[in-house]
Amino acid sequence: MQYAPTVNAMIKYTLIPLLPFLAFIINILLGRNFIRDKAHWVAIPAVFGSFVLAVSAFIDVANGQVINIDVYSWIVSGDFNVSFGFLIDQLSAIMLLVVTSISTLIFIYSVGYMHGDPGYYRFFAYLSLFVFSMLILVMANNFLLLYFGWEAVGLCSYFLIGFWFHKKSAADAGKKAFIVNRFGDFGFGLGVILIFLTLGSLDYMEVFNRAGGIAGQTINILGTDFDLITVICLLLFCGAVGKSAQLPLHVWLPDAMEGPTPVSALIHAATMVTAGVFMVARTSPLFNLSATAMNTVAVVGGLTAIFAATIALVQNDIKRVIAYSTVSQLGYMFLALGVGAYSAGIFHLYTHAYFKALLFLGSGSVIHALGDEQDMRNMGGLKKFMPQTYKVFIIATLSITGIPFLAGFFSKDEILWRVYQQGDLGKFLWFLGTAAALLTAFYSWRLIYMTFHGKFRGTDEQEHHLHESPPVITVPLWFLAVGAVAAGWVGIPPILMEHGDRIGEFLAPVLGHAQGHGSHAEEYFVIAASIFVAVAGWLIAHRMYIKKPEIPAQLGAKYQPIHKLLYNKYWIDELYSKVFVQPTLKLADKVILGFDTIVIEGIVNGIPALIDSFSQGLRRIQTGLISNYGLVMTLGALCMLIGYMVFSG
Amino acid sequence: MDNVILNQLSYPILSWTVFLPVVGIFVLLFLRNSGAIRWTALGFTLVTLAVSLPLLTNFDKSTHKMQFVEKSEWIPSWGIHYFIGIDGISILFIVLTTLLSVLCVLVSWTSVQDRVKEFHIAILAVETGMLGVFVALDFFLFYLFWEAMLIPMFILIGVFGGKNRVYASIKFFLYTLVGSLLMLVGIVVLYFYGGKTLDILALSQINYPLKVQYWLFLAFFAAFAVKVPMFPVHTWLPDAHTEAPTAGSVILAGVLIKMGAYGFLRFSMPMLPDATKFFIGPVLILSIIAIIYGALICFAQKDFKRLIAYSSVSHMGFVTLGLFALNTQGVEGGILQMLNHGIITGAMFLMIGIIYERTHTRVIADYGGFAKIVPWYAGFFMILTFASIGLPGTNGFIGEFLIIFGAFKAQMIMGVLAATGIILGAGYMLWLYQRIFFQDPNPDYEAKGAHPVSDLNMREVITLLPLFVLVFWIGFYPNTFLEYMHASVAHLIEQVNQTAYAGQENLLVKFISEIF
Repeated sequence: MQYAPTVNAMIKYTLIPLLPFLAFIINILLGRNFIRDKAHWVAIPAVFGSFVLAVSAFIDVANGQVINIDVYSWIVSGDFNVSFGFLIDQLSAIMLLVVTSISTLIFIYSVGYMHGDPGYYRFFAYLSLFVFSMLILVMANNFLLLYFGWEAVGLCSYFLIGFWFHKKSAADAGKKAFIVNRFGDFGFGLGVILIFLTLGSLDYMEVFNRAGGIAGQTINILGTDFDLITVICLLLFCGAVGKSAQLPLHVWLPDAMEGPTPVSALIHAATMVTAGVFMVARTSPLFNLSATAMNTVAVVGGLTAIFAATIALVQNDIKRVIAYSTVSQLGYMFLALGVGAYSAGIFHLYTHAYFKALLFLGSGSVIHALGDEQDMRNMGGLKKFMPQTYKVFIIATLSITGIPFLAGFFSKDEILWRVYQQGDLGKFLWFLGTAAALLTAFYSWRLIYMTFHGKFRGTDEQEHHLHESPPVITVPLWFLAVGAVAAGWVGIPPILMEHGDRIGEFLAPVLGHAQGHGSHAEEYFVIAASIFVAVAGWLIAHRMYIKKPEIPAQLGAKYQPIHKLLYNKYWIDELYSKVFVQPTLKLADKVILGFDTIVIEGIVNGIPALIDSFSQGLRRIQTGLISNYGLVMTLGALCMLIGYMVFSG
Repeated sequence: MDNVILNQLSYPILSWTVFLPVVGIFVLLFLRNSGAIRWTALGFTLVTLAVSLPLLTNFDKSTHKMQFVEKSEWIPSWGIHYFIGIDGISILFIVLTTLLSVLCVLVSWTSVQDRVKEFHIAILAVETGMLGVFVALDFFLFYLFWEAMLIPMFILIGVFGGKNRVYASIKFFLYTLVGSLLMLVGIVVLYFYGGKTLDILALSQINYPLKVQYWLFLAFFAAFAVKVPMFPVHTWLPDAHTEAPTAGSVILAGVLIKMGAYGFLRFSMPMLPDATKFFIGPVLILSIIAIIYGALICFAQKDFKRLIAYSSVSHMGFVTLGLFALNTQGVEGGILQMLNHGIITGAMFLMIGIIYERTHTRVIADYGGFAKIVPWYAGFFMILTFASIGLPGTNGFIGEFLIIFGAFKAQMIMGVLAATGIILGAGYMLWLYQRIFFQDPNPDYEAKGAHPVSDLNMREVITLLPLFVLVFWIGFYPNTFLEYMHASVAHLIEQVNQTAYAGQENLLVKFISEIF
């Protein structure tokens, strides 16, 4: 149901993204010379204001006021017409809450974390710009504005990954993130164009209403007919694969950890990387029409979930472990979307935002305390120095590994159960998901044990400075910890509590209900299986890193090829470098440049040289340039005239 | 005269706009003090800009007809008229030209120290030439401006340019000259076929025999393709851009190379609709090659300015792709992208000139870490980088999106191939940005102790600001600009589609077999 928006409502919804945007403008223009280390006084009120308005918007939606407004007409060209407008429904309302609440907490955290950085004002400027972009992405009411937000968050990601741009690794990582994403956006953009050309609109509501009309139509690509809707969905999904770091475009996200840790938490865990999930959910009316596209989404998600988890097993950089964990968890979300359990995917997006942001910010607290040390081999025993960080870390880990009654348990379980119901492919993907959950438990506890348990393995200097982080850092951690525990309580499966799946019900008007049937016995089995792997992974990690710490090295030696394979991330970066990057540069440098300078220039310089030698006599009569002018003019005109007369006659 | 709207204003606004710079030249002739020369030149470009602005407000967007038309007999025995006017296709280029001319004077304020008078005379002469090309509705007049513009441009590059200026200027001159001579022949043919008139509008109404159309198209194509420049006649551009002084590069990139594309719109398409449709395939393929080839070659560049020059080849490939998609989005996107390219690349050359004045090097490897050294400069250049990459919110996005949309609509595969240019564009621009601005300053360069580099000063910020306003204005509200085009573009597409020879098979093979 939609209501005509009042002017007040329009102002309210426009202000949600506008406030952070104003904070960006103020900080970027005045930050360097005037605001400097007070930049957070601009940014935090702005983002908190957005949060308050988002809560108000959420209440509106909960009261049944779904709003779809065009603010102004953006691009008009012939029959092409697209607006700058907002759609606030159940899905965007939840996303608004997630984005603004976590942003607010991370902004506060950043005050402590980024304190004293020479780019302090710049950091808050970019972060505000990011929040603006993310809000546009979420609130857009059409595909092109979605694309706007999509590219804009990519831009902010580029700025923030490369925030410490004097480091080559950071500058490289930012560039890599942007370019890898461009590959996905290439497909996304074409998908958007194809949507307009087939459906005559980019407005979500119009597109979804008309989509049924093109079901079964085909499109001819290079002589082969393909199902039109499937092509559109797969093109859109390309964008999601890039933005949400799924196979095979996942390579940028681990490198993105070069950015400051609050950035990793906000952009590369809680919000931006989930944009792909949001997009697929948002366009679910299209995906629902193509079984092929749905299966592709599910398989890519399932494979990514287990693939990334295997890499996380052996990484030593604390942030990289969490980064691969993020890739893996995003895989779960796509798994859910692919089997039509959209609300389960969004549910996991929402719980994941809290526990993953907590893991990142917790690791940031550790990195901060150790003076920018990120290698877990140089940590250990931090439990007694940083009790608060340790506690929140444990909470986040319990949550992500799916220990009952914490947030991650409910959302992950919902996904696995929905997947399990989808026939043979579903069973296979469920198995992948459950296996990935085992690995998740293992690597998450491995991280805890390597970081907080045992003896401190860093330098004396570091040990001397070890300290718990100040409240400006720990307080946001505790807020997130509350989320990591309780966020899942809105999605309790009906089997455990009647009407427990409140979020699913809330989202149903937009995302529908997941299809599939299963007995209670099967559902209990799925729940039991995930609890079992969560505990099993924990116990294995405990045995390997607490009881018998010599095991990891022995295993690594015994299965050296496997360890190498995982440690080197399947050499995918190297592969891409050899197959895409190097050949492109070589092609440019050797072939194209050579062609340009030798062949084309040769011909071009050759002709005048020819004429030159031909006309030495004439040259003596006339002088300088005018000779060339006259000569070429005469010759050219003559040639053309003669040619014309001969051939036209 | 029902197909044009005569000038309704109390003064001949177009003539004033076009010839005010010439008045400026006469004034400059009497000045000696270089300060006075600069201020006078600035004054005249500013007044010209001010005079041209009422065009925007008084323009009737609802019609495709030529407006602000002035027509009087000039050389009656040859049927030559002084006939000028503008429509929705040319109006924006008038204002772009008058704006960029002001910025050219401003950016040369300190960098040009020798032959100040000659320099500014050349700038003003080029301005008149360019404006004349866009307003001329008589072929004789058009050709006059078209050629007249070359001479001051030649001087700008050949006298005020860099090390290889002589080579570059001669190359530039010859290339464009060969092209324009072919065009001259084309004009002569049109003159005879069109009943001995040089009235461009009248000549656009005639159905020329197919074979004549083909030949004429090729003759015009030679002239315009060199100007654009299209692959494979683009090699004059990197040399000319690189060697030209900053103002020269800005004029070249900003306006001059737009004239090729303008020629397609004004002559090839409306006059030779059958030939246009006939040659669509090859032109689109050349455009795609230009997009990808021009982008790839940027990866191999070691010179800051040369890289941007080559990127123009890629961007202009987008323009011709859009124009020859021959649908509303493609053509409007193409025209908008011409404007965008003028703004973005114009601003980039301004900025390169600004930094070159300080560092005296254009070698990319000499740079590094400049985001620390000149943070405001780095921020401004970042905006241009992303506008060039086509990030939403900037003008580049609107143009490229409409073009790819139009190309995709016309021929799917063309849209898909063009979109790869966007990935490559991000690649070379971000790599360039990283090498110039990120990481640590180049120790070798620092060791040479060359020049302490200062950030943008107020004059430079003022020079750049109008272009940055336009980057975002077009990015967020392109309709201001697109609205001017709608009627004219719709009319143009109608003209192209009114083929007298409908049902002709569109095969190049057939054409070739017909010739031989």
